[in-house]
Amino acid sequence: MLYIPGNNPAMIQQGGVYGADSILLDLEDAVALNQKDAARILIRNMIRVIDFYDAEVCVRINHLSTPFGLADLEAIVPLQPSAIRYPKTESAEEVAELLTIIEKIEDRHGLPHNKMTLHAMIETAMGVQNVFNIASQFVRVDAITIGGQDLTADMNIVYTPEGTGIDFARKRIVMAAKASHIDVIDTVFPDVNDEEGLRKETEYAKSIGFTGKAVINPRQIEIIHKVYTPTEEEVRKAYRIVKEFKINSAAGVGVFAIDGKMIDAPIVTRAEYILRLANVTVG
Amino acid sequence: MLNSLGREIPEYIEGIGKLEPFQGALTKLRKGWMDEPTIPAPNRAYLPHQSKLCTSLEDAILRSNPHNGMTVSFHHHLRNGDILLVQTLTILHNLGIREITLASSSLNECHDPILTYLKDGTVTRIFSSGIRSQLGRAIALGVLDIPAVIHSHGGRVRSIHTGKIHIDLAIIAASAADCEGNATGSHGKSAFGSIGYAVIDARYAKQVIVVTDNLVNYPCIPLSISQNFIDLVVVVDSIGDASQIATGTTRITNSPMDLRIAKLAADVIEHSGFFEPGFSFQVGAGGASLAVAKFIREKMKVKGLKGSFMLGGITSYCVDMLNDGLFETIFDVQSFDAVVSNSLLNNRRHIEIQAALYANPFNSGCITNKIDVVVLGALEIDVDFNVNVITGSEGNIRGASGGHSDTSSGAKLTVVVCPSFRGRIPIIKKRVHTIVTPGESVHVLVTERGICVNPAYKELEENLRRAGLNVKDIHDLEIEVDEITGIPAPLEYTDKIVGIVEYRDGTIIDVIHQLKEK
Repeated sequence: MLYIPGNNPAMIQQGGVYGADSILLDLEDAVALNQKDAARILIRNMIRVIDFYDAEVCVRINHLSTPFGLADLEAIVPLQPSAIRYPKTESAEEVAELLTIIEKIEDRHGLPHNKMTLHAMIETAMGVQNVFNIASQFVRVDAITIGGQDLTADMNIVYTPEGTGIDFARKRIVMAAKASHIDVIDTVFPDVNDEEGLRKETEYAKSIGFTGKAVINPRQIEIIHKVYTPTEEEVRKAYRIVKEFKINSAAGVGVFAIDGKMIDAPIVTRAEYILRLANVTVG
Repeated sequence: MLNSLGREIPEYIEGIGKLEPFQGALTKLRKGWMDEPTIPAPNRAYLPHQSKLCTSLEDAILRSNPHNGMTVSFHHHLRNGDILLVQTLTILHNLGIREITLASSSLNECHDPILTYLKDGTVTRIFSSGIRSQLGRAIALGVLDIPAVIHSHGGRVRSIHTGKIHIDLAIIAASAADCEGNATGSHGKSAFGSIGYAVIDARYAKQVIVVTDNLVNYPCIPLSISQNFIDLVVVVDSIGDASQIATGTTRITNSPMDLRIAKLAADVIEHSGFFEPGFSFQVGAGGASLAVAKFIREKMKVKGLKGSFMLGGITSYCVDMLNDGLFETIFDVQSFDAVVSNSLLNNRRHIEIQAALYANPFNSGCITNKIDVVVLGALEIDVDFNVNVITGSEGNIRGASGGHSDTSSGAKLTVVVCPSFRGRIPIIKKRVHTIVTPGESVHVLVTERGICVNPAYKELEENLRRAGLNVKDIHDLEIEVDEITGIPAPLEYTDKIVGIVEYRDGTIIDVIHQLKEK
């Protein structure tokens, strides 16, 4: 998920060429206070004409407590991007209020309520405490994300590359997402020149359950893709497991073995997930 | 008359002579010999223990028979740090010499001060592989009555030994030289590496002056240029601005766009069918081209693949690949940073070559003919894959033919890398402003928005599609880009021709018309 400042037309027009799965046009932190209007107008116009190829397009709006949040919604909701990302989400009540406003705008424009989704950013201690309610109570919330920089600021701790201070938050957010069966996206890795650091952090995020990671520079995309793309060996194994599972299921066998190792439902589920990531189907 | 690319070429231009239209990249070379005779190099005489050392550059020039209508040549190994070209022309100007033909292997921004001499008639003709900055703007606007001649690096050698460029005085900057004129660029405080472009000047000029800021004990080793071609030697405080010559190591671009294009180009090379053990490789030193080397290096390591040689303008990145054992040899006609000079001096697998061996089409085999894969840039490319590397979208002359057409004519796979648009200007055109390299020599274009394969190379296209690469028809990409940028208003020109673009074999591939000033 590639962050692009909403007031940078050159970057927006090239957003789709880098192979990111998702483009996040930012009206919030990447845009200076005196550029908010210009960014909003720019995004509103560019979304209509720029081909972002296969990437989903999301827009991060400003919080409703700022003078910009409502104007952002009025401008962006009618465009129906794939998702709106809402910063510093702290409670389910806040999400409910936001969705009410979104739906009113959609009604005014004759738009359905089930197309554009909502990504809730968890960036405060209160948000972390309430994350399960935020993640689980709304059909339109299909992803939650952690904002590492803001969270450490809210916790009054220093952000470190090891991420020690936000480790609990990361895991709690992941668990809330898993329990709610929605996606969960890790925070950005701020040092664009530290490729090894990015790779390690992404591997860690993947290992604890994050389904993706945000980036602030297109140079970071390939490393994240490499970490998240299953290896040929993993795909081969998964293919074999799913194929054997289908054969055994047809024969009424629930648990079976491959090379002496027991294969049961959770392993099959995991194998199916790998094949989905690799875009492989078992005939 | 029209050449084979449909460009209108005059039959004759006053001050240039009869023009031969381009008829195809290899058409003229196919019969195996050339009708143009080689002119005899001048015979010289030199008495035992006579001194070649002069007290100043002016002293040396005065001893070299300066005269109206003379041709003075320079090399561009000092790149944008050169100070000798301006100094020399200033001396000639002050001596009242007029109607000089300037034959520098390339011209950079540092040469802008000579614009005065173009305006006042001191310099009336120019041969060069590249012209940029204020000079390029002024020439595009018609400051010279006789069109500037743009040649390739290989074409320059051909022009000199067939007498099209008849050099009266060659000024050869050297970072180390001895009292007899044995000279090199590979060491000294102003080291610039290979001096390969100047060798032909030393061989054919009537008078040759070596200028150095580092006089070493006899003999100066290596003898990149040897004393039997040198008439005079001048020692100066500085031959150029060291910070602009060759410093440190060349850094790979941080630009996400260049890196994206480079990554795609490396993928193209990997799946082209030419990424095989023993392959030979050339990349440029700028932006996306150099970044391709980074990705190719990684791919070679992963595959355990070892190449044969690297050629051309050499960067520290090439040296690293040689030292990694990824290539066996470097042939170096031009060096881009200090690390390269050290390697050239100390590694016998890093070989200094002259421009004739690099790219001259009129001999029994230049090394560009042996290249498997070359990666080149472009200012513009059109839907017929013709490439412009000399005139900008605003009409100025602002680039260099360099080795573009030489290498692309020889390579099995020519990959052109460029963004599909720069600023608001589309780079892929229906028709480029000026053709330097014919589309028949270009196999594939790589942009951030897609990969376009020349339809003449079906097998390559199939290979790339099979590998899952984003291959698009170049016409579709051109339309896609136009939809983003809009179509710029056409430039306006007069009928006056201000530049002619020679193909490497001496035929004329295009002409540049005078730009109407707005």
